[in-house]
Amino acid sequence: MATEILMPALSPTMEEGTLAKWLVKEGDTVSSGDIMAEIETDKATMEFEAVDEGIIGKILIEEGTEGVKVNTAIAILVEEGEDVPEAGAAPAAEKAEETEEKVPAKAPAAAAPEAPAPDVTPDWDEDVEVKQTTVREALRDAMAEEMRRDEDVFLMGEEVAEYQGAYKISQGLLDEFGAKRVIDTPITEHGFAGIGVGAAFGGLKPIVEFMTFNFAMQAIDHIINSAAKTLYMSGGQMGAPMVFRGPNGAAARVGAQHSQDYAAWYMQIPGLKVVMPYSAADAKGLMKTAIRDPNPVIFLENEILYGKSFDVPVMDDFTIPFGKAKIERAGDDVTIVSFGIGMTYALAAAEKLAEEGINAEVINLRTLRPMDTETILASVRKTNRCVTVEEGWPQGSVGNYISSVIMQDAFDYLDAPVINCSGKDVPMPYAANLEKHALVTADEVVEACKQVTYR
Amino acid sequence: MPPKKAAAKPNVSAEELLGHYREMLLIRRFEEKAGQLYGMGLIGGFCHLYIGQEAVVVGLEAAAEEGDKRVTSYRDHGHMLACGMDPKGIMAELTGREGGFSKGKGGSMHMFSKEKHFYGGHGIVAAQVPLGAGLAFSDKYKGNDRVTFTYFGDGAANQGQVYETYNMAELWDLPVVFVIENNQYAMGTSVKRSTKSPSLWERGAAYGIPGEEVDGMNVLAVKEAGERAVAHCRAGKGPYILEVKTYRYRGHSMSDPAKYRTREEVQKMRDERDPIEQIRDMLLTGKHATDDDLKAIDKEIKAIVNEAAEFSKESPEPALEELWTDIYSTEIPQEA
Repeated sequence: MATEILMPALSPTMEEGTLAKWLVKEGDTVSSGDIMAEIETDKATMEFEAVDEGIIGKILIEEGTEGVKVNTAIAILVEEGEDVPEAGAAPAAEKAEETEEKVPAKAPAAAAPEAPAPDVTPDWDEDVEVKQTTVREALRDAMAEEMRRDEDVFLMGEEVAEYQGAYKISQGLLDEFGAKRVIDTPITEHGFAGIGVGAAFGGLKPIVEFMTFNFAMQAIDHIINSAAKTLYMSGGQMGAPMVFRGPNGAAARVGAQHSQDYAAWYMQIPGLKVVMPYSAADAKGLMKTAIRDPNPVIFLENEILYGKSFDVPVMDDFTIPFGKAKIERAGDDVTIVSFGIGMTYALAAAEKLAEEGINAEVINLRTLRPMDTETILASVRKTNRCVTVEEGWPQGSVGNYISSVIMQDAFDYLDAPVINCSGKDVPMPYAANLEKHALVTADEVVEACKQVTYR
Repeated sequence: MPPKKAAAKPNVSAEELLGHYREMLLIRRFEEKAGQLYGMGLIGGFCHLYIGQEAVVVGLEAAAEEGDKRVTSYRDHGHMLACGMDPKGIMAELTGREGGFSKGKGGSMHMFSKEKHFYGGHGIVAAQVPLGAGLAFSDKYKGNDRVTFTYFGDGAANQGQVYETYNMAELWDLPVVFVIENNQYAMGTSVKRSTKSPSLWERGAAYGIPGEEVDGMNVLAVKEAGERAVAHCRAGKGPYILEVKTYRYRGHSMSDPAKYRTREEVQKMRDERDPIEQIRDMLLTGKHATDDDLKAIDKEIKAIVNEAAEFSKESPEPALEELWTDIYSTEIPQEA
């Protein structure tokens, strides 16, 4: 049966090309793999191979012809003893159908009803006993509880086992769980992050500790390309149930390469969940949720907060759901939104503002992805003003995103532009005085709140 | 590589040879069809064909047992066919259709099968190497004796994460076979132009990992080496490296004009070393099969590939709602 040989697409972007040269002539026998022609694409000159066996019955497009559209018949292939049909009589070329459909702009689930009431249930009941606990202990307790609960959970990272953790977060875990489940790695972030993701593909639930998130830049390919995207790329067949955790952001006097806040970076990635706790209760409840979550979770801790103590409920199984912000302080005059160590500036500013008669409502986001925008919006609809606070850089910041959400969903409620208080747009300096100024300060937050309240 | 003919070994049965022939032929015909569909615009983007390298994956799959895992790069169609994934689902993924293994959302480079223990399909050169070691880590952690085949190319062999992985795999005795598919060209750069050390497998020695070079055009040689590697891993002795010398006949991807090598070089390989022709010769000269037997297999394979191609055209494009699914999981994926 005669078949048409069609002008091939030979690059991802080719729509037409030049039939530069025929390497076969009418009457030639070709078999699979033989080079029949040279074709110039938008990128290069390519050799065009035969796929089927047969005899070149007729050449339809002369060599040297430019602008030959993809899928145009360029020759007719016949079998031994067969007549050449008229051009166009051979089976019609198959073409990929072009269809234009309207793509839904948002996830169907995101089509939420107008202004749903935010979830304001407290993290624990009033009658539950609380204990002063450091963030460090809370993180350790959360990991230990989850490791007792599930054999598939293990911790790997630099100095997590015998050294008991560079920041002592894993203190005591080696003794309790042994070297099989608390694993010291060589200093090789890219490699052990990849091994962690592979172990998660294999059915385990790894906790991968980065000594600090600065070093996770070496591993970010595995965090994003391997961990975050696989569920989607596999059509839902497999993913990476795991936690990447460690201190994030500036500590004190450790210079530019050890002082970066990655909140805005990771928050951008679909497939990741991103947590940035402030208090010890946040740290404990969210870490337990992170370990149980079937998705890759970025857990951004802070070295300065590790030693701070907070009330943590004494409960057998205390967890905090993702996507639920906490109103740390109620107020009517201005909404301050922050997360992680940014909360220390936000709360300090709220104290000072109260002395001047400005009642700020302070929202602790806790998780950045999913983000509890409903709580932010509900508050802004009440206060009509918003200031965001973070240590990260200003361009492409978490605050920028919050501002856009408020503009789109609560524009008519705003009485002033949203102000984003952030770290300065500079690498972190070493000198003590410069470092202090490079970070966001409580005074700047106070100033911003006064500006939006026109005081 | 001097041209050499694979000698039929007395311990290889006709059935086994026919099996290898059939599987290699399936990959070749499938890939030729994929090339054709690409030319017709039915497959888009990048499409990396495995033609010429068939003996590597077919030989190693012959050394694998149920439950063993495999992970590879973006040149993955052959690996999926060899581990038993349905050609229809693979081709439909290439055309971006609902019937594809990833519902059309992965494409040529990103397919997975829990059922067949195939863990992708990865597009970042060498990223699959630590992932493979991690899969092996999960088996060791669970205390079974399964082995993971981690395939990567001569190009990937120069990535730092390979050596980070070698170090940890040997340190922790992970049951992983590192298979370097040395097809001699990393896109357009020949091995000679990218490294001075002539053999890639020997780099494992720096980490204490044993290995060997294998004739990757000879499926029986690959299988034999694969069995040695697997035995080493299953015995709990840690990783093993196979540098399998092979050759890709086609360009790096569909849009590669392959000007970095001569037409004669490719033709010589096809004429003298072709893995399928070698087995074909063995079958005919050893009187294990007649010309008619092989023609029947050719016909059977052609029918399978045509059926896959038809399916890949008829399967509808994914529903637009699929844009928004599979971003987050609501349950922990369980091992198949």
